[in-house]
Amino acid sequence: MNVALDARQLACERDDRWLFESLDLHVGDGDILRIEGANGSGKTTLLKMLTAQLSPQAGTLTWHGRPLARARDAFFRALLYIGHAPGVAAALTAEENLSWSAAMAGIKASPAEIERSLAAVGLAGFENLPAQQLSAGQQRRIALARLELMKRPLWILDEPFTAIDRDGVAWLERRIATHCEEGGAVILTTHHTFQANDRVTSVVLGVAD
Amino acid sequence: MWTFIHKLGSPKWCYTLCGRLQPGFWAAAALLLCVGSVWALGYSPRDYQMGDSYRIIYVHVPSAILAQSIFIAMAVASAVLLVWKIKVADMAARVMAPFGAAMTFLALFSGSLWGVPTWGTWWTWDARLTSMLIQLFLYLGVIALRGAFGSADQGAKAVAVLTLVGVVNIPIIKYSVVWWNTLHQPATFTLTQPPAMVASMWMPLLVMVLGFYCFFIALTLYRLRNEILRRESRTRWVQELAD
Amino acid sequence: MPRSTTGMKFTDEERSLAPVAGTTIGLSAVWRAQVKRELALARRRGGDLLNPLLFLALVVVLFPLGISPQPDLLAEIAPGLLWVAALLAMLLSLDALFRTDFADGSLEQLLLSPQPLPLLCLAKVFVHWLLTGMPLALCAPLMGVLLSLPGTGYLTLAASLALGTASLSLIGAIGAALTVGLPRGGVLLSLLVLPLYIPVLIFGAGAVQAAIQGGGTAPALALLGALLALAVAAAPFAIAGALRISVNG
Repeated sequence: MNVALDARQLACERDDRWLFESLDLHVGDGDILRIEGANGSGKTTLLKMLTAQLSPQAGTLTWHGRPLARARDAFFRALLYIGHAPGVAAALTAEENLSWSAAMAGIKASPAEIERSLAAVGLAGFENLPAQQLSAGQQRRIALARLELMKRPLWILDEPFTAIDRDGVAWLERRIATHCEEGGAVILTTHHTFQANDRVTSVVLGVAD
Repeated sequence: MWTFIHKLGSPKWCYTLCGRLQPGFWAAAALLLCVGSVWALGYSPRDYQMGDSYRIIYVHVPSAILAQSIFIAMAVASAVLLVWKIKVADMAARVMAPFGAAMTFLALFSGSLWGVPTWGTWWTWDARLTSMLIQLFLYLGVIALRGAFGSADQGAKAVAVLTLVGVVNIPIIKYSVVWWNTLHQPATFTLTQPPAMVASMWMPLLVMVLGFYCFFIALTLYRLRNEILRRESRTRWVQELAD
Repeated sequence: MPRSTTGMKFTDEERSLAPVAGTTIGLSAVWRAQVKRELALARRRGGDLLNPLLFLALVVVLFPLGISPQPDLLAEIAPGLLWVAALLAMLLSLDALFRTDFADGSLEQLLLSPQPLPLLCLAKVFVHWLLTGMPLALCAPLMGVLLSLPGTGYLTLAASLALGTASLSLIGAIGAALTVGLPRGGVLLSLLVLPLYIPVLIFGAGAVQAAIQGGGTAPALALLGALLALAVAAAPFAIAGALRISVNG
């Protein structure tokens, strides 16, 4: 078993306003969880809770049965997160960005492995260009190359389909599918209509106010 | 003990408790301040060196003591917020800050007033006054940081971190200023250690200090109640209270 | 369910998604990677390196023009003036410390790293000191010449600045971390950080003054060292906490 992230009766209050209450979630091997909701419905906050950055005001979050706050170290070693801002430094090259990402994750990545993962996202030949010379879509692809480079069972992706072209979208959909077949799990927020798949479950957060 | 702390974390319970404690502290503050002022101004003896001007210490010393105590109280509240995530602690820290700044300003102002008859100048870089001035900037920084955040929860935590950093630094700043002061000017007598105070001089001072404390506590309870109502205005119990 | 220490158990080696043993790296490698990244970033924006030095030089030039070019007078105020100018140069460079990382999401990645965050923050601050504080310490004696600083003061000036600017970087990083999410954090940053800089200024300028007057510089330098020790021990935790608040709310 790779992934077992559970939420029971999760609730979130921000600035004296309840964003959501009594939320139950289970993410296990092979699951795709899609979080939907209008702007301001608490998607980002929920992601911050699921990535152990915020503690819930009510309810429990567990990772393999242990409270998430206590299991942070093990959890972070299983997590690959790509946020709304992808974490790609504009002044650094694609290669430098990826080798830093790998080091922060505690993974040793050889230049050959980095090159291979960049090639997989269609950035072969762009390894040594500063990211600021690439398009917005290409910069996001640098971030997506982490999916190839690092072996992590749980992916949490915030709007991963923004700014990438149709080929990129198709590639990412396939990659998410194979990841789940391999026993991984994916949690994502997206407005993109995902290809019908029986493994996809959706959570719709209510509109606040 | 633990259930008490837990209860204190509930805004509603805290609101009621503050309401119950408030009258006592107001009464004590009024009594102590009246007795202390009359005693200090009317009955305590004149200082043989400084004459009547020394009586400024009856305002200066209590306000200086409060200025420091309030920062420590804010630091305790900040630690409670960061460790136990108790919101009432932040509300308390928030309402205390402006009063602390006011006390620091009062200590500075009375100190500089005292400087006119003593040193013949409105301002002197005396160690105590200098560290008070720096402390005033710390208070203003805390207040300004809170104002800069759009999100109250985020601002509360940021202010708590700054307050804790500040409280660690206050003794360091004090020590360094004293070191600096001895380096640059030989010891003059300072405001807090008037030569050999007799009992009839320091007794009213003690009464004044207690009076200032009671006034601070009463005012904090009063403002905390308002703050609780403001922050909890969406909850049912506040709306029931308003009806 | 039996569990290994990492909280995961893998039955099928082939389908395992866990990092294979031997491919993980230790803390020192993480530190090196962080320092390497910061150095690369600084190299790409080369101008930022020179700006604090230019600032120092300009501020120093203003004083003879604003007060008087008399060597005696300048010599007397030189220690404090150089220290204040260096302190302000440090302060101005701080605002940018976390800002781009915050905007491009790198900071978020840092917070989600299994590596200890205070250590990563320390690496960032170390590079800031290396590229701002150290050059200031090396250039301040040159500026001392312009201010007729007596000959006995130069070595102490450089030493006190090298020690003191490290504390300034650490303390200032707390303020920078607290204000990184605010749209106009710059002025607020000065208000938060300057009062905390006062002890460093007092001991730093005090050391140089003692050197000029022929007194012992050891006490002041030792106190600067003590401040630095305290800052190294405590500030990374405050920086890490402040960053978590700024990024996550």
